[in-house]
Amino acid sequence: MTEMTLDPRQLGTGGLFTAAVPDLASHEAAYGRRPSGWTRSPLLRELEASGLAGRGGAGFPAWRKLAAVGAGRPAVIANGAEGEPLSRKDTALLRQAPHLVLDGLVTAGEAVGASELFLYATAESLPGVGQALAERRDGPRVTLVEAPAAFISGEASAVVNALETGTALPRDKAARIARSGYQGRPTLLHNVETLAHLALVARYGAQWFRSAGTADDPGTRLYSLSGDVPAEWVVEAPGGASLRDVLRLGGAEPSSLAAVLVGGFHGAWVPAEAFDLPLTARGLARYGASPGAGVLLALARGRCGLQASAGIVRYLAESSARQCGPCMFGLPAMATVLERIAAGERAPWLASEAERLAGLVTGRGACHHPDGSARFVRSSLGVFKDEVRAHLAGACTAHHGRV
Amino acid sequence: MSRAQLELHIDFTRCDGRGLCTEILPELLVRDDWGYPVGRGGRDIHVPDGLAGAAQDAVDLCPLQALMLRRVTRS
Repeated sequence: MTEMTLDPRQLGTGGLFTAAVPDLASHEAAYGRRPSGWTRSPLLRELEASGLAGRGGAGFPAWRKLAAVGAGRPAVIANGAEGEPLSRKDTALLRQAPHLVLDGLVTAGEAVGASELFLYATAESLPGVGQALAERRDGPRVTLVEAPAAFISGEASAVVNALETGTALPRDKAARIARSGYQGRPTLLHNVETLAHLALVARYGAQWFRSAGTADDPGTRLYSLSGDVPAEWVVEAPGGASLRDVLRLGGAEPSSLAAVLVGGFHGAWVPAEAFDLPLTARGLARYGASPGAGVLLALARGRCGLQASAGIVRYLAESSARQCGPCMFGLPAMATVLERIAAGERAPWLASEAERLAGLVTGRGACHHPDGSARFVRSSLGVFKDEVRAHLAGACTAHHGRV
Repeated sequence: MSRAQLELHIDFTRCDGRGLCTEILPELLVRDDWGYPVGRGGRDIHVPDGLAGAAQDAVDLCPLQALMLRRVTRS
């Protein structure tokens, strides 16, 4: 891998946390004023050239989302719901750099001719955003909506539902929200970090954005580091950095870890032997992992990966909105099977039963909660396959003996 | 070449597994462990021309209006 600068403070104005304090004066001292007057086509071109991909989980190219928004007074939503319990980066960003997020929201709104702007975030984040809004000179009308602290509250159709009805539950998607979202209007929904990057691309351009990161994953990204680490950190690192680099930036010692869960509870485990691969969807393809919303959960050597995984699958099952039968029944069934494997039950058929259930729930919900949960189960069975074999024989290698 | 194909969409937020559709369309649907319909061929349920009438019956007769027939174009 080529040499790269890992400290965001050395990346020109590259950091998302360059402003010393969250107020407008400090924001403008760090980044200058928001350039107004971006229209749709030029912004689309600049975003496409920048290669900015969404930072909310799916990693969809930001320009394509903008291009898909239908004409006719669209709504634009900044999504900071951050329902993942291990994710802290959106809260950190809204607390420390609310003006950068608002710049992105207002710029995207101007470009698509938005009729309404929303910022959807948890109760913890909203007061700071409200303060930031009050001191802005461009006086944007942004409706602040509180997101409940629930795993699925940030799913796109749940966000639109929350804005319309106050209930953050996913909906069946007969139409894409880009065409028919909030109150049937075309709707653009971006994660708050994506909008913060968009604000910087609008200021400094695509080439500047690409001065950090790699061709495959340009710019910087925020990671929420947790688990078996000295301290839980939000780390900003260039795209394409390896897991080892990001762990060290966060003050963690990679050699103390057996694996890291990448991309959150809908993500995948990456074992220690792959810590030097680029932390990108392409780099981690063989593990089915991608940075997603940047959640990294570290698992120390000597801890049982199956016990950790079983706990997560149970959490996912309990996070079901209980709207769709295959999710409402299938996820608890998967959790039970994982728990039985983790407990060391000598029943070799349990592994194939977990696989069968994962296949059965996939694609059969209004949102991707069953799909993401199934992916996590498959990753756990795959990455910890030696452990699965040992458990089904009544032993646990992590604990050097019996379960 | 791409052509429009008829596809059966299940809105699982409405479906509660009454099973009528699996009786009308046994060629396409079976019931899963909990009684909910699941496509024999996987998550995308393509409806061949010969079963279009039966599929429309399933849509019309679903007591929870959880089914929808739509034309999708795949390349």
